[in-house]
Amino acid sequence: MRKHTIVALVQDRPGVLTRVVGLIRRRGYNIESLAVGHSEQPEISRLTIVVESEDVEQVTKQLYRLIEVIKVSDVTFDPTVEREMAVVKVHAPPSVRHEIVSMCGVFEAKVVDVGATTLIIEMTGTPSKVENFIEIARPYGIKEMMRTGRIAMVRGARGHNAGDYVESANGTAAAAASTN
Amino acid sequence: MSETRTGAQVMCEALIREGVEVMFGFPGGAIMPFYHAMWEYRERLRHVLCRHEQGAGHAAEGYARSTGKIGVCIGTSGPGVTNLVTPIANAMMDSTPLLAICGQVSSAVLGRDAFQETDITGITMPITKHNYLVKRAEELPYVFKEAIHIATTGRPGPVLIDITKDAMQKSFVPNWEVKLNLPGYKPNYQPNHKQVREALKLLAGAKKPLIIAGSGVVMAGAFHELREFAERLRVPVVTTLHGIGAIPEEHPLNLGMPGMHGWVHCNKAIQECDVLFNIGGRFDDRVTGKASTFAPNAKVIHVDIDPSEIGKNVKVAVPIVADARLALQALLEDMPSKDELAELHANASDWMEHIRDLQDKHQGKQQYKSRAISSGMTLAPYQVYEALNAAMAKDSNYVLVTDVGQHQMWAAQLLDFNAGPRTHITSGGAATMGFSVPAALGVAVAHPEKTVWVVCGDGGFQMTNQEMATIIQEGIKNVKVLIINNGYLGMVRQWQELFEGKRYSGTPLSGPNFAKLAEAYYWKGLTVERTEDVHAAIDEALATDGPVLIDFHVEREVNVFPMVPQNKSIGEMIVSESE
Repeated sequence: MRKHTIVALVQDRPGVLTRVVGLIRRRGYNIESLAVGHSEQPEISRLTIVVESEDVEQVTKQLYRLIEVIKVSDVTFDPTVEREMAVVKVHAPPSVRHEIVSMCGVFEAKVVDVGATTLIIEMTGTPSKVENFIEIARPYGIKEMMRTGRIAMVRGARGHNAGDYVESANGTAAAAASTN
Repeated sequence: MSETRTGAQVMCEALIREGVEVMFGFPGGAIMPFYHAMWEYRERLRHVLCRHEQGAGHAAEGYARSTGKIGVCIGTSGPGVTNLVTPIANAMMDSTPLLAICGQVSSAVLGRDAFQETDITGITMPITKHNYLVKRAEELPYVFKEAIHIATTGRPGPVLIDITKDAMQKSFVPNWEVKLNLPGYKPNYQPNHKQVREALKLLAGAKKPLIIAGSGVVMAGAFHELREFAERLRVPVVTTLHGIGAIPEEHPLNLGMPGMHGWVHCNKAIQECDVLFNIGGRFDDRVTGKASTFAPNAKVIHVDIDPSEIGKNVKVAVPIVADARLALQALLEDMPSKDELAELHANASDWMEHIRDLQDKHQGKQQYKSRAISSGMTLAPYQVYEALNAAMAKDSNYVLVTDVGQHQMWAAQLLDFNAGPRTHITSGGAATMGFSVPAALGVAVAHPEKTVWVVCGDGGFQMTNQEMATIIQEGIKNVKVLIINNGYLGMVRQWQELFEGKRYSGTPLSGPNFAKLAEAYYWKGLTVERTEDVHAAIDEALATDGPVLIDFHVEREVNVFPMVPQNKSIGEMIVSESE
């Protein structure tokens, strides 16, 4: 099954994340990663969801059935900036510490904590770059790891301006509800 | 208007402002402040005390389905509202505008497993169009307005509002000057004109076109438009279970019901048609059978108000996201000229003749009759339907409510629905046994002037029959219940007979003496065991000024035919036991 990156703007109301996640689960799709946070507008949150699906159009249509979902797009084939962050605690005794730090330099990763035998490294980049970094770090011994999930934004003028949907009365959101 | 009110008073006033006149419910601890307040408003806001919250929910559905207005049901926290879960799920499947109001424990103890606490917004999230947990009284005017707006617009559905007890008790000055803020909810009613023209082009070029009319036509009130559209194009119409009544039974272009228990000629017409115009139906699996084999030769035009239905089960050539009535109006406005339709019209009679030949060959209705007569049954289910048809023909001021099972399919197949829209009420998508008696209560409250015929099985009847007491308490006289009593959970038994070597596991069913039970509820109760007594009993029910139950002891092992086995193509129908 193909992985799709979906960007969604939703009203920031209690329970909206539960609704989105519950819907994707009960329609039988798998969530690979999910990131949620504020958009540029206070009332609107923005989600990036990576799902595995043969029929991503159904995922987006079903998401539109949720009252609080304002805009959904599959950006898989759009030119986008995609980023993910990982924070990795690596086993780093003094003997290999220099090696690890120089490897971080190659990946433009940051060492954010130095312990007696560990380093915490912050790595931000495209999902594949983060993946590569983790593979390189793995042989040293990863003691802990946390990844944020992917966030995505379409390049250029086209995109998902939450501001377009704040003044609901002017009907700018109407187009979103129709597939005509 | 700027006087102080309690949250519960605001709830009553909000309902009145939205035009609600009746509510069906059952009180309890957490919802008590609402009951306290509604006493003041009882002249404008009638409360019907049901005997079980499930009954209250189905009654509200019956009210909504027979009027097109929102149905309102009430339950208290915990078990009160979990009993509403079934009707809410039923309303979701059948797109019924339903508002469920429930009391929640006080916000101070919320989340601490308090007495009768249940996370009902969590439970109902997948089976509501939307739901709310209100902890602040000040939100009530907005939430009620938004909830009713959502339940009744676009594709209708159930909405639940869970309100903490302290929010109902709080006094405040309500602000009614609220404006809806729903940037993500803008149902599309008007069709796209390019798609309308595409649809007409496809239809005009068709040799074997067919219309499927679903419940969207009924909900949109598009009967005249559908009829004119079918007549002007000369295209035959099949109606889904919920589409029954969308076009009169007697109309020459009406073919009947397709699907799992649809007529052979309807299913064959679908399998042979080259353009299939579905308006307001959702290609449910009971209509399509195995979806990949459905209408293999057809280009499909699908009109639905819900964009997520388009392409969900069946591939669509021309999608039209719109209200059924507005779509038909647009189609009629852009109707091609007589010349442009000449070829379509030229082929129409051949196509229709072909379908009618199929109908004559298979003779679905007549087969029931001949089986009933030739088998020497003391009382065949068919005889009850024939007598009911006669009664309905004499007095067409009726609504028919059915339960779920064999009797429901026989009703859909055998009864002549000529009483217009919203006169056939049943549980389709969820197929909820126990729907009929409480739903009939709701219909009777909405339509005291009509006869409310209920056809149900002895299984479904025993699930919710306590609403007979509600019907008496409310002084309702126009409900007439006909039990097709075969001592089995008949539809399951039929499957066991046909596919499981007659292993009747868990399907033989006993019951009380239903006529005596009815008498105990202060109804008139009749028992009929012989064909020759059927007409007289139904006439007596109609003539009686009060609710009547007739227990028909029918032949026990009669099957619903035709039948498409599960996950088979609708082209592969079983038409009798001998196959």
